[in-house]
Amino acid sequence: MSYDKDHTVIRFDIVKNRRKFFIASSVIIIIGLLFTLFQGLHLGVDFKAGTRLDLFIGKTFNPADVEAVIKKEVPDVNFSKVIPYGTDLSQAYTRFDQTISSDTLMKVENALKAKYGEQVSKQVSSVDPSIAQEMVQKAAIAVAIAAVGIAIYIAIRFQWLFGIACVVGLAHDVFIPIALFSILGLEVDITFIAALLTILGYSINDKIVIFDRIRENLRTMKSKTIPELEHLVNVSLWQTMRRSVYTVATVFFTALALAVLGSESIQNFSLALLFGLVSGTYSSIFIAAQVWVNLKERNMKKKKEVV
Amino acid sequence: MVKWGRFLLFLVVVGLLATLVATTTKQVAGNITLGLDLQGGFEILYEVEPIEAGHKVDIELLKSTAHMIERRINIGGVAEPVTTAELPNRIRVQIASQSADQDKLRELIGKPAHLTFRDENGKVMLQGSDLAPNGAAVGYDELKRPLVTLKFSDPKKLEDATRANLHKPMAIFLDETMQTNPTIQSVITGGSAQITGNYTQESAQELADLLNSGAMPAKLVEKQVTSVGASLGTLALEKTLYAGYIGAALIFIFMLVVYRMPGMIANITLAGFTYFCMVVLDWMHATLTLPGIAGFILAVGIAVDANIITYERIQEEIRSGKTVLSAFRAGERRSLITIIDAHVTTLIATGVLFFFGTSSVQGFAVVLAMTIIVSIITNVFGSRFLLWLVVRSNMFKKPFWFGVKESEIREL
Repeated sequence: MSYDKDHTVIRFDIVKNRRKFFIASSVIIIIGLLFTLFQGLHLGVDFKAGTRLDLFIGKTFNPADVEAVIKKEVPDVNFSKVIPYGTDLSQAYTRFDQTISSDTLMKVENALKAKYGEQVSKQVSSVDPSIAQEMVQKAAIAVAIAAVGIAIYIAIRFQWLFGIACVVGLAHDVFIPIALFSILGLEVDITFIAALLTILGYSINDKIVIFDRIRENLRTMKSKTIPELEHLVNVSLWQTMRRSVYTVATVFFTALALAVLGSESIQNFSLALLFGLVSGTYSSIFIAAQVWVNLKERNMKKKKEVV
Repeated sequence: MVKWGRFLLFLVVVGLLATLVATTTKQVAGNITLGLDLQGGFEILYEVEPIEAGHKVDIELLKSTAHMIERRINIGGVAEPVTTAELPNRIRVQIASQSADQDKLRELIGKPAHLTFRDENGKVMLQGSDLAPNGAAVGYDELKRPLVTLKFSDPKKLEDATRANLHKPMAIFLDETMQTNPTIQSVITGGSAQITGNYTQESAQELADLLNSGAMPAKLVEKQVTSVGASLGTLALEKTLYAGYIGAALIFIFMLVVYRMPGMIANITLAGFTYFCMVVLDWMHATLTLPGIAGFILAVGIAVDANIITYERIQEEIRSGKTVLSAFRAGERRSLITIIDAHVTTLIATGVLFFFGTSSVQGFAVVLAMTIIVSIITNVFGSRFLLWLVVRSNMFKKPFWFGVKESEIREL
């Protein structure tokens, strides 16, 4: 090998402290699990039947007035509080528990036009219960198949121990955004699924780069004993640290720009990406690589006993 | 020794790229179809049910129903609806236009077609339900000219109608719109009639579809409706583009500061990458939606990562004491496998998204898959080629150009 492994600066012994990272992640996941179990996820119309109504009012307004208009035109159906959004709070959002017919919504729009002027426009999405259920199933199947497909690819390209470590890391990266969305009560819609799958792809990207370096160093560095193996992983992690940080930083700031400045309709998508990016980078270094160390060490001990 | 030829070639390549981008971007960008969420419009997902119990919904019925819907929307005067049949029994209708009579159109589409055959006084002689199921087809006369053949379930009814209106026109109406007005040439006894006229293969098929869908109108049940107001759509596009510019500017500055000369090349290839993605989008006739834009911005992130992996590797090699040229060679070689592995896994994810996702997720997957392939060409091979030209020109031999301080370099 051309460059000198002994010169790699190890600023912090990650491998030695791996138990702490396992505990930290477990705590977040357990809290998230409790939240998901007891509070559930705030499902959008894509997953729960009903009608979502977005209104562009075009000027500042009193949400109570809009609510009054809706109540008058749609008397019998429950709807959520009208929440203003947008930079100058000129847009509004509400959600009906049932699907609302287009005629009724037209009446709402016309009534609002009469009140606020012709610039009022609406955006409607409504979903029938049967379609909603199908979407949830399809989404869950897609996530599961993607994870398995990627894990098989890793097992073929690398080694099955890397495959296991990868699956653990991926489960972590899919679960963290779900837990955070549940804790923060953010709406989960079909773009959230797209975000989760993107996170899968991105997180695997990260893990491959690190595993690649470990694999390369395995060929050239001594790793017969447990301290040697731990040193090898520490070196590999610190050699790729700059790239890990830089890459996540560039994508993070782009996703942040999207979340802060982008359209409201992809705000949750961008947020899911942000959570997933941080979680993916963290888990590549502090979880997946460390799980591999654990598996590898157990393997080494077993071999010794056999000999 | 400085090799000017290589540097000149580099300048020529970059110059050509810049000229291409500068002269055609506007036109290419204008050609890209924007999704409903970006320009306003609406999308309805219908479930197709056969009107008579026992009839199966098959791809033929779906296609003819989709045809009928398009026909009806065209009658309503809206240009270019997109209808997609989705197995087993759904039709997705997308109308990317902000017409005020959206609600009227929905009513028009949802209503079952009513097909009638009327005499010259407008009296209804026969109805769509008198046609045998799938009774209309395209046939040919002796001169191989296309015509439309009709098969009625009750020959007696047809015989009576043709006898009463011999040598007179009998118009075929879909609801209140006349589709064709053939003249009856003879009394038809067998139950099979022909409509001749100046039909092309296509227009005969269209009429046959129309008659079939009128004869066996499927029931359409609205399952999902998404409609976007024009002002909301434009606002979303403007904001997302603005966020995209800011994100791109951040990446541009970052690459330049951290990696200097290679960073500059990464920025050039990233601009090329964006341009070629737009060209391919235009060429694929893909529709760009908000999730599509998000997927694209993510692909930019992955493309940037490919450059960062390579440049970090080159910096590492320089720090270990290698010359710029051999560091470049080693860095390129070692990073390639990693990058390819990373791209392939993301492609696997997009494949899964496409096969198991629903409409909007599929659009996202197509855009992401396309950008990853373009990224391999521009950001892996394109960027390597440009960097190779610059390195081999021997003009940038100092580690400074690669973002490495002299003090960081170890003695061999």
